[in-house]
Amino acid sequence: MRTAQAVAWKEIQLYFSSPTAYIVGLIFLALTGFFFTQDLGDPFPEATLTPFFDGAIIVFILLAPALTMRLLAEESKLGTIELLLTSPVRDWEIIAGKYVASLVFFLVLVALSFFYAILLFVYASPDPGPIYAGYLGLVLYGAAALAVGLLTSTMTNNQIVSAVVAMGILLALFFADRAFGSVSGLAGEIIGEMGLRGHFQDFSRGVIDTSNIVYFLSVIAVFLFLSIRMLESRRWR
Amino acid sequence: MTVNDLQPDMIHAENLTHYYGPYPAIQDVNFGVRKGEILGFLGPNGAGKTTTMRIITGFVPPTHGTVTLDGYDVVEQSLEARRRVGYLPETVPLYTDMSVNSYLKYMGTLRGMSPDAIKTRLGQVIDVCRLGDYRKTQIGKLSKGFRQRVGIAQAILHEPQVLVLDEPTIGIDPIQVVETRKLIQELGRDQTVVLSSHILPEVSMICDRVLIIDEGRIVAEDTPKNLAEGLQGVERLEVEIGGPAAEVLPMLKGIDGVSDVTHVNNNGRHTYMVQAQPGKDLRDDISQVVVNNGWSLRGLQLVGMSLEEIFLRLTTHEEL
Repeated sequence: MRTAQAVAWKEIQLYFSSPTAYIVGLIFLALTGFFFTQDLGDPFPEATLTPFFDGAIIVFILLAPALTMRLLAEESKLGTIELLLTSPVRDWEIIAGKYVASLVFFLVLVALSFFYAILLFVYASPDPGPIYAGYLGLVLYGAAALAVGLLTSTMTNNQIVSAVVAMGILLALFFADRAFGSVSGLAGEIIGEMGLRGHFQDFSRGVIDTSNIVYFLSVIAVFLFLSIRMLESRRWR
Repeated sequence: MTVNDLQPDMIHAENLTHYYGPYPAIQDVNFGVRKGEILGFLGPNGAGKTTTMRIITGFVPPTHGTVTLDGYDVVEQSLEARRRVGYLPETVPLYTDMSVNSYLKYMGTLRGMSPDAIKTRLGQVIDVCRLGDYRKTQIGKLSKGFRQRVGIAQAILHEPQVLVLDEPTIGIDPIQVVETRKLIQELGRDQTVVLSSHILPEVSMICDRVLIIDEGRIVAEDTPKNLAEGLQGVERLEVEIGGPAAEVLPMLKGIDGVSDVTHVNNNGRHTYMVQAQPGKDLRDDISQVVVNNGWSLRGLQLVGMSLEEIFLRLTTHEEL
């Protein structure tokens, strides 16, 4: 456990000292700021964060892989993976440490966006329900996206490949709910239920549905599990 | 294979085979290393040294065969085995954006050291590896030699029972090479050290025992001294003969079993270097020829082979 902490702490320090993370932060805030202000020009604007949430989940398809691509791909590239895997550290400790680090950086980004919510509460009287629920959904959604990105980072020593594959998986999952209409029968139901967007929408409307929470936690668990197995597989390849 | 009945091997490898796809990197490698012994792997590039070391450290599993470290199987009881290893891979793996200090602290934690243990050990290791002035320097800014020292520092930090060093002196300047060798010899007093090298004098200087490995197989195993003696003499003779060189040379060449003769005229002293085919002792034949022709035999001497030649002999497939 102490080693997982050490891995996480090292990665967190690296996030806050690397330009990539700040660029990701800048883009996140610039784009979400744009989404947030979009409807404010209307004659009767609604005091809501829904446009922010709906924009943020799209932005995060691009930014989550950028945050995670380095995590293991770089270790493979530099050869430091050789020391990591020959140290008495369990594979899950490595994955957990790396994942927690990316999660911490993501939570800091999300916390910065509280600024929008504060503006709303100061200058208007928004319905707090959708805001709380939306933030819960956003955190779960981001955590799932990071888990996907972590898996692709364990699969290659090329950060670009890692990022592109993760974006592909995330886009596929994002639009999977379209299968409800286009694929008939049980297959359509199953693929549709895997959709990231479909499970997020309830949150941004202020509805906290246990099934949605379970969905995101399952995605996180599956992708973290696969990441651990992927790392393990280096030992029997 | 060396098996000491009183003291079990610290590292024990049995029938190690590893395939990369269809290509065998090593085949049927067997060896044992006792506690406090320094074992050298000697071989040309691509011989399988690095693969063997990666198997010992648990980075790559063997396709067949087993390795135990202090009795722990590196595959089945990987974590226990890994606790006992310090490893310096061939390309020193360093996080270039960390400082020397924080890198070593991080590696110490990964190796399961407590913060207190790291604090006491860090100073010692920094001294031993002479990194004192560079504690706070970013690793990316260090020269190759210093990076190598940082690599050695992380390998010995947790005082592992087994130290695996892949080409520890490659790419560092001669003064540092001497220091590094000294350091390895000191470490080898209480720790078990396995190192690889393609530099022969280095191996014969540092190691208690040498395994010569070629094309994935162990082709010779002995102490550096025995290796040199075992092949000494019979295959190379220095002969001084009093007689006309023009006649002597073809006669020597004509002796059955001679593969080559070189003639040196040293102010009227004619010496001949006679290379024999392996396993032939030609001393009697040569003296016979000299006597039969009425020349005088002024000297006949066995010439030992240097490790360098043994190495070449064992790993090239033509005769010298």
